[in-house]
Amino acid sequence: MIEGLLIGLSTAFSISNIAMVIGGCLIGTFIGMLPGLGPMSIIAIMIPVAITIGDPSAALILLAGVYYGAIFGGSTSSILINAPGVASTVASSFDGYPMARDGKAGKALTVAAISSFAGGTIGAVLLMIFAPMLASVALLFHSAEYFALMVVGLSAIAAFAGTGNVAKAMLMTIVGLMLATVGTSALFNAPRFTGGMMELQSGIGFITLAMAMFALPEALYLVLDPARSKRSGDNSKITDLRITREEGRQITPVIGRQSVQGFFIGVLPGAGATIASFLGYAVERNIASAEEQKLFGKGSVKGLAAPESANNAASTGSFVPLLTLGIPGSGTTAILLGALLALNVTPGPRLMVDSPEIFWSVIISMYLGNLVLLLLNLPLIPYIAKILAVPRNFLIPFILFFTLMGAYIGQNNSTELLLLVIFGIIATILKFADFPLPPLLIGFILGGMLEDNFARSMQLYDGVSFVWERPMTLILLVIAAILIVLPGLRNWRARAVQRRGTSTPD
Amino acid sequence: MTLDRAIAFFILLVCLLYGYSAWFVMDAQIPPFMARNPVWPSSFPKLLAIGGSFFAIVVLISPHKPKDEPDIDLSRWSGYNYGQALGLLALMTAYALTLLPLGFLISTFLFLMLGSLILGERRWIAMVLASGIASVGIWYLVQEVLGIFLRPLPAALGA
Repeated sequence: MIEGLLIGLSTAFSISNIAMVIGGCLIGTFIGMLPGLGPMSIIAIMIPVAITIGDPSAALILLAGVYYGAIFGGSTSSILINAPGVASTVASSFDGYPMARDGKAGKALTVAAISSFAGGTIGAVLLMIFAPMLASVALLFHSAEYFALMVVGLSAIAAFAGTGNVAKAMLMTIVGLMLATVGTSALFNAPRFTGGMMELQSGIGFITLAMAMFALPEALYLVLDPARSKRSGDNSKITDLRITREEGRQITPVIGRQSVQGFFIGVLPGAGATIASFLGYAVERNIASAEEQKLFGKGSVKGLAAPESANNAASTGSFVPLLTLGIPGSGTTAILLGALLALNVTPGPRLMVDSPEIFWSVIISMYLGNLVLLLLNLPLIPYIAKILAVPRNFLIPFILFFTLMGAYIGQNNSTELLLLVIFGIIATILKFADFPLPPLLIGFILGGMLEDNFARSMQLYDGVSFVWERPMTLILLVIAAILIVLPGLRNWRARAVQRRGTSTPD
Repeated sequence: MTLDRAIAFFILLVCLLYGYSAWFVMDAQIPPFMARNPVWPSSFPKLLAIGGSFFAIVVLISPHKPKDEPDIDLSRWSGYNYGQALGLLALMTAYALTLLPLGFLISTFLFLMLGSLILGERRWIAMVLASGIASVGIWYLVQEVLGIFLRPLPAALGA
């Protein structure tokens, strides 16, 4: 581990890579504050830039910096104008916005930055400890287990990430997998489902799909419903970033607990930063003393520190399955996986053996990124926050333009732009009907690998017998089935009980 | 039929079509020497077609559960700016079609101008300045700094 750490240090501490971290964090914070552009869209926009850099370590360092910056930017807008850019910072607005309303915006931002810093740093330490352990187990896996593991990952994402309706989430996952089969198949190089269109031979660009699934519907919602982008108040005056010693003493245990809890929630596929932040908030409110509990929701520093440290630790935790198994547990890590594949890096247990410099420099860049956010972005926040004053009539065309550019630069093909518009409309309708979209994108990105491992196992075992001949595979597939069936069963039983009238409906 | 059932039904149709083309169209094209291979290009799609149809039917028959806090509030349905949204979508389509013939600079300038016009902006000088600076600036960044080629001028000018 020490050896790896040194490799990482020497890679990450080159002038150009430090510039990458700083630049990434600044860009991320800047764009992350805008309504409608969450970390997923920002990373998707930055991928063509990262690919042009060419060096996978540098590219990943840049994207990781953008990711942290975007999370921080999202917290800033939820504190200042009560408009969380992403779901994972909604809990931060519970106490952050009341603080800002009381004229303590600067203090709230400092608490948020310190909690994020601590959460991210503790998360990075835990990642450094657990990722190599998990990777050494994963090295024992064969194609059949990988296939099963991906099925488990996708089912878990559908079971936890959806809006409670597992069937809808599974349906979206399968639609994503189906979209992934469009193009030339790896087996026999046969064109599939292209409808004879040349443009579809190379498949659908994942950046296009990512933009269409996340950035475009959000921007269209902003247009449809002007109330969404309306400010809840103007607190742009940010003064006095200092916090008192007493407040520091209050938030320290909160940060410690929530960083660890958040990290482990983040490791689970599908759970991620949003659940971690809400759970962190709820846990801290429950264990606080009675008089502190009254402050929650009215500007409690504890209530702000909890979701902030939890969501940053969880974001770091979500790198564990990505870097060790090559399976993304969240939409954001799925997009990062797409970027890595485009850079010819296949994340997985071999990553640590074959290119340790990538793995370790990402970890080092996490420390660096957190440090940059604390030392550079925090003092700059009063200036960066000026972007929130850009009128919506100018902002929305720019957001739309960035989604178009992201799709175009990635593929250099204007058919891709038409696909973007079509998928964007479909995604908006799906969002209307409450179909979760991240499972679709994750399915799409994992589709190729899932099929490769499936085909390899089929060939090795001359049929589907690998399912029962390898006990590990069987166990994993059973787990996947349980994950899908269990929530449905519980709903069904709850309804049955309700029908009989033996229990009061809640 | 609620919107989510209508969508599930539509996806079911897509799955059936997808399955049909996997079973009948693709398998008919399999060269004989490959037919002995245990896995065909259509094997995985067949699994997906079965799984997709299954879950689409589950969504179709399961009771509709309204969301507690919908993103789109249907009681304010009439207050939404459909015109603007459709206008912007049409503008994006137009951008896709004109990007190559008109070149990056002109089409981007027009896109940003017309975009804010659709949203109701009438401060012409600010619009021209913002769109102009942005399109030239972004072109410079992408082409010169990142080194990704973007045709700046109309194709007819040979640029």
